[in-house]
Amino acid sequence: MNTTPTGAQSPRDHVDLVAHDATASAKIGPARSRRSGRRANASMIIGAGLVVLIVGLALISFVWTPYDPTTIDPAARLQGGSLTHPFGTDTFGRDTLTWVMVGARITLLVGVVAVGIALLIGTPIGIISAFFAKQPWGMWIDAVIMRANDILLAFPALLLAMLFAAVYSPGTGPAMVAVGIAAIPGFARVARSGTLQVLGSEYVRAARASNRRIPAIAVVHVLPNIAGMVIVQASVAFAISVLAEAGLSFLGLGTQAPTPSWGRMLQESQQYLSTHPELALWPGVFIALAVLGFNLLGDGLRDRVDPKMEARGA
Amino acid sequence: MLTYAINRAIQFALSLLVASVVIFALMSLLPGNAAQVALGTNATPEAVASLEAQYGLDRPPLIRYFDWMGGMLTGDFGTSYVTGAEITPVIVDSVQVTAILVIAAIAVSILIAVPLGTFAALEQRNWIGVTISAISQVGIAIPNFLAAIILVIIFSLTLGWFPSQGWMAPIEGLGGFLLRLVLPVVSLALVQAAILTRYVRSAVLDVMREDYIRTARAKGLTKTKALFAHGLRNAAIPVITVAGVQLATLLVGAVIIEQIFVLPGIGSELVRAVANRDLVAVQGIVMVLVLFVLIINLIVDILVPIVDPRIRNAA
Repeated sequence: MNTTPTGAQSPRDHVDLVAHDATASAKIGPARSRRSGRRANASMIIGAGLVVLIVGLALISFVWTPYDPTTIDPAARLQGGSLTHPFGTDTFGRDTLTWVMVGARITLLVGVVAVGIALLIGTPIGIISAFFAKQPWGMWIDAVIMRANDILLAFPALLLAMLFAAVYSPGTGPAMVAVGIAAIPGFARVARSGTLQVLGSEYVRAARASNRRIPAIAVVHVLPNIAGMVIVQASVAFAISVLAEAGLSFLGLGTQAPTPSWGRMLQESQQYLSTHPELALWPGVFIALAVLGFNLLGDGLRDRVDPKMEARGA
Repeated sequence: MLTYAINRAIQFALSLLVASVVIFALMSLLPGNAAQVALGTNATPEAVASLEAQYGLDRPPLIRYFDWMGGMLTGDFGTSYVTGAEITPVIVDSVQVTAILVIAAIAVSILIAVPLGTFAALEQRNWIGVTISAISQVGIAIPNFLAAIILVIIFSLTLGWFPSQGWMAPIEGLGGFLLRLVLPVVSLALVQAAILTRYVRSAVLDVMREDYIRTARAKGLTKTKALFAHGLRNAAIPVITVAGVQLATLLVGAVIIEQIFVLPGIGSELVRAVANRDLVAVQGIVMVLVLFVLIINLIVDILVPIVDPRIRNAA
C-alpha cells in the first residue's frame, strides 16, 4: 500500500480508501453485487429526493411563502403548530415554516459557493500534482503540493471560518470562503488519485506515444474519467458545508440577523427550550435532512462511478 | 521504523512552522490593523498609535512574527490588546476542560462503535445488521449541537436527570463533575460513534473476506472465533486511523458543545475572543488547536506501523 504509484506517504492517506469501502464493501461475487447495487440505488434516490426537497423549498420561497419573513406579530408569538402556522411561530410571532423555507436559501448559497471554490481550485491542483508525480524530475513538486494540502487539512472548516470571522467581521461571505478553502484538500486528493489511475492506463500511454501534449491529455482523457469521483466529493463537501454554516450561525459568527438561517434559528430557540422545544425541532430537522440528503446522494453516486467498485463487482 | 518516525517528526515540525506563518499572516496582514480593530472604528489616530507603540505593533511584521513565535516556544502567548490580560493562563486552564471533554468523548464513541460495528458486519444480512447501518447513517447527519439540544430537552428539562449546563472541577466534587460531564460528552460521542460504526463495519467486512479467515473457518472455527483470533488486529488499522481523524474533529466540535453547556473550555475562549475581535487571543488559541490536530496526526502515523508489522517493514 505504501508504494509510490498511489503516493500514500502516511497511513492517514488510506482514510480515503476506507471511506470508499464504507458503503459498498459487500460487493464480491455476483449475487451480493446485485444486492448492494439495489441498496446503493435506494440511497441515491432518497438522497436526491431530500436534496430536491431542500432546493424546492428555497426556490418556492422566492415566489411564495406563507407569511412575510420580516413581519412581526406580537399577538401570535410562540404558538404551537396549527392550521394557520403549521410549524408554529417564534418569539416575535414570525412564522416558522416561512423561516425554514427562506433559511434554505442561505444553506444552499453557502454550499454552492464553498463547494464551487473548493472544486475549481482543488481539482486542478490534484490533476497537476499527479502529472508531476509521474515525472522523475517533478516528484518533489508533487510532494510539496501534497504536504501543503496536509497542512491545510489541519485547519478544519469551522476553525478556519472562525479565524476569518475574527479578521473580517462575522458574516455569510467570509464563512463561505473559509469553508470553501477548508474543502480544497479533499478535492485535490480525489483528483490526484483519480488522475494517477488514468495516467497509468493504456490509452494515455498511447496518447503520449502519439505526442499528445499534457494539457490535451488532461482535458480529453483525465477530466471525463475523474468527473464522477469529483461529483461524489462535491456532494460530500456540500454536506460538510451545510454543517459548518449551521454551526457558525449557531455560534453567532455566520449569517447575521435579520437574514433567516437554520443555525441562528436553532440558537435563538435555546432560551425557550423548556417551554417551547418545537422551536428547536424544525430548524434541527431540516439541517439533519439536508446533511443526510447530500451524504446519501454522495454514497449512491459513489457506488455508480467508483472504478474500484466496478472492478470488484466484475 | 526509526527513520520513518524521524521523517514524520520532521514533517510535523515543518507543518507546525508553516501553519504558524499562515495564521500570523492572516491576522497581521489584515486591512486596518490589530490596534485599530481592538479600539474600534471611532478611535483617534493618536490612540491607535499609542496602543501600537505599547504592544510593539509598529515594528516590521517579520520581527513581530519571531517575537510571537519565540514567546510561544517559551510558553508565552502574549497579552491581549482588548482585555490587557495574559493569554497563556487562559489557554492552560481552558485546554484542560476541553481535553477531558474530548478524550471522554472519543473513549465513549469507541466503546459504542467497536462492538456495534463488528456486530453489524457479522450480522450483515440480518435485520439487526441492516438496522445498525441505517441508524448510523442517520446519526451521521445529526450535528452535535442538535444532538446536544435534543439530549437537554429529554434528560435535563423533561426527566431532570442531569444539569443542562455548567462545569465543576473534579477537585470540587467528583460526583458533580461527572454529572455535568455526561450530556456534553454524549452529545459529542453519539455522532462520532455513528461515523466510527460504519468504518468498523466496513473494516471487519474487508477482513472477513481475507484468505486467512477462510483458512481459519475451514479449520472449523466459527465466524466469531475466527474474527476474534485473527481478524480484529487487522481490522484495527483503518479504525485507529479514522479515530485519530475524529479526535481532531471532536476538538473543533467541542467549540460548539462548550458554548451550549457553558463549559469554560478552549472553544468558549475562542468564541469569546472572536466576538471581541481579540486578535492576539484568537491567534494563540487557533495555534494551540492546530498544534493538537498535528500532534494527533503524528501519533496516528506512528501508531499504525506499530500495530501492523507489514506497514512497519514497508516503511
